[in-house]
Amino acid sequence: MPQRTMVEALNLALDEALGGDDQVCLMGQDIGVNGGVFRVTKDLQAKYGEDRVMDSPLAECGIIGTAVGMAVYGMKPVAEIQFSGFTMQAFDQIEQNMARLRNRTQGRFPIQMVMRTPYGGGIRAVEHHSESREAYWAHTPGLKVVIPSGPRNARALLAASIQDPDPVVFYEPKSIYRAFREDVPDEPEQMELGKAEVARSGSDVTIISYGAMMRPVREAADDLAELHGIESELIDLLSISPIDTDTLLTSVTRTGRCIIVHEGHQTCGVGAEIAARLAEGGAFQYLLAPIRRLTAADIPFPYFQIEQHFLPDADDVVAAARELMEWT
Amino acid sequence: MAVGYTALPMSETEPPIDASTQPREAASPPPPPGEFDPRSIDLGRVECLQILNERGELDEGLTPDFSDDDLRRVHRAMVLSRAFDARMLAMQRQGQMGTFAPNIGQEACMIGQVWPLGPSDWFSPSYRAFGAQIWRGWSMERLMTLWAGYHEGFPPPEGVNDLPFSIVIGSHVLPATGIAMGMRRAADPHCVVVNFGDGAFSQGAVAEALNFAAVEKAPVVFVCENNGWAISTPLAKQAGSDLLAARGVGYGVHAIRVDGNDILAMMTAMGEACERARRGEGPTLVEAVTFRMSLHTTADDPTVYRDESIVEPWKSRCPIKRFESWLVRTGRLDPTDGDRIRAACEEEVLEARARFRSNAQAKPREAFDHLYQSIPPELEAQRMEYLRRLDRKGVE
Repeated sequence: MPQRTMVEALNLALDEALGGDDQVCLMGQDIGVNGGVFRVTKDLQAKYGEDRVMDSPLAECGIIGTAVGMAVYGMKPVAEIQFSGFTMQAFDQIEQNMARLRNRTQGRFPIQMVMRTPYGGGIRAVEHHSESREAYWAHTPGLKVVIPSGPRNARALLAASIQDPDPVVFYEPKSIYRAFREDVPDEPEQMELGKAEVARSGSDVTIISYGAMMRPVREAADDLAELHGIESELIDLLSISPIDTDTLLTSVTRTGRCIIVHEGHQTCGVGAEIAARLAEGGAFQYLLAPIRRLTAADIPFPYFQIEQHFLPDADDVVAAARELMEWT
Repeated sequence: MAVGYTALPMSETEPPIDASTQPREAASPPPPPGEFDPRSIDLGRVECLQILNERGELDEGLTPDFSDDDLRRVHRAMVLSRAFDARMLAMQRQGQMGTFAPNIGQEACMIGQVWPLGPSDWFSPSYRAFGAQIWRGWSMERLMTLWAGYHEGFPPPEGVNDLPFSIVIGSHVLPATGIAMGMRRAADPHCVVVNFGDGAFSQGAVAEALNFAAVEKAPVVFVCENNGWAISTPLAKQAGSDLLAARGVGYGVHAIRVDGNDILAMMTAMGEACERARRGEGPTLVEAVTFRMSLHTTADDPTVYRDESIVEPWKSRCPIKRFESWLVRTGRLDPTDGDRIRAACEEEVLEARARFRSNAQAKPREAFDHLYQSIPPELEAQRMEYLRRLDRKGVE
């Protein structure tokens, strides 16, 4: 099976979607000749033409707003916002139209479109290039929010997102765009949206995360087992909206301990939502220790000389797990 | 666009001329920057169109070629729009209608902009567009239903290619442009008309839409109904230049200013703009100069911010009166037809109100039903809880 990076796997998914459905089109800044600043759309304009792989004017609001109109007309646009920090420019169109036109028109105009965007820190980028504001979109009724954690699920989830009848915000963890390769088959693959994956089984503590943070979390799980004899169960959310509450509850009621790790800010973040669901859903009576969140603090993403101190890392996860194990 | 249109008085827009050099024409599309060319650039003229002036005099050189049937149909639609508007206001004042935006005085803009559209064309209105929506096939009871707060009124009727009217100012102009981008890609010979006001033209999203349309050569006609007021903000505080059509020139969008109270001018300009779009010649910006005769919405009190004497001169510019007197003078209507049509329209509105009253029904149990194609499990759990709550309260 061919080994691919996440960038190559996403390119494969887009190529398959364009090749398989004439109504699919890509739009975004510098996605054509340049292939996108991260090369996710490399060579696709040459293959499918300028109308189907469109270099948009430099206006995020315009990209999302016109993509909505194209979806109304029956196309299936996949719009790229160059960095998730720039999605704020498009907030207007995401909220007013992308997320709610189906509901406004009682299903007459479904908006089958995807907004792809690289998110997160760890690449020593300039300001506004490292944000993780996925909670905004999970808070917005009408959207689905998908975040892959590796090349194989990135390809399968993007393929499913493009075919989903509802609008999908697809956050790509750019710090692992090229960090590692995985087996990604040549044959088309899809994963069902809205399902979390148990990435490792264990009985002592449940660690819930997603996206780029799955990497330090896996590292921490190895360390916990090898150095401290603590068996952790890892859950890769994959979908931030909807959240697969059942999979989380099943795990936490068994382990009795839970750590939630994400790059987004803490207050009203994904971790807050998960903790509330676990409490409301009955995990409360099984808990052996308080639920613990390891997240970015509620300050703007810092300038990159100190970003490594801002994001949770494997050591933080190990320390948190050990604390929970010793809780009495 | 034909040469020789009568310029409105407000349109003296000669570009500054550098006498020391020969002006050159603006290139379209612009060439890549090469050696700097220091000659001044002539952006040309913004054409202005009026055919029937406020004294009811026809510019003979511009006699339009519309059938008498079309003209009578358009006149009736304008009268119906005003009758509907008046009835809505009465219903609102009696507590039978939600907050809405009165349309009085803008009937020529409304009917003129949708007059050239066929069923395969699209229309994307702002919230002040009763006459246009009725023309497009929205029943009056449907409009009453939606303004009275029932969700069922929002989807366009089957077979009507309209977006629901926008509420957040200017938020619909980009999707309307996107529809036109889809049309161009499909090589469909149709067009989109989208309308917005002078206030909306301050929104960045509207500027982005003009730019996207120009770059894409999208078959869209932007109609800016410049009625002079955005709630309490007059145009002088809204824009540094009162010639809103000039913005089209900057974006490479064909632009024209039209007397928005002259239905013949509106029909002519819109007909030509839609044909340009369908022929693949790109977007047009139509600035329709009109006046907001009444309230911003029924929640508004203009006496707080404007001297109502400014409305007076516009009363004599009434688009219906002007058109009707010309139709009578030219024998297209009998002198008694106007009142007869007004009575028939009033009757039609009352029949619609009766249907609205007997049909409108709130459906609290359907509140969750249209957000996603299949409801996600977590939302289904919320829905079940909501339904239990309705049960507890005894709500059907």
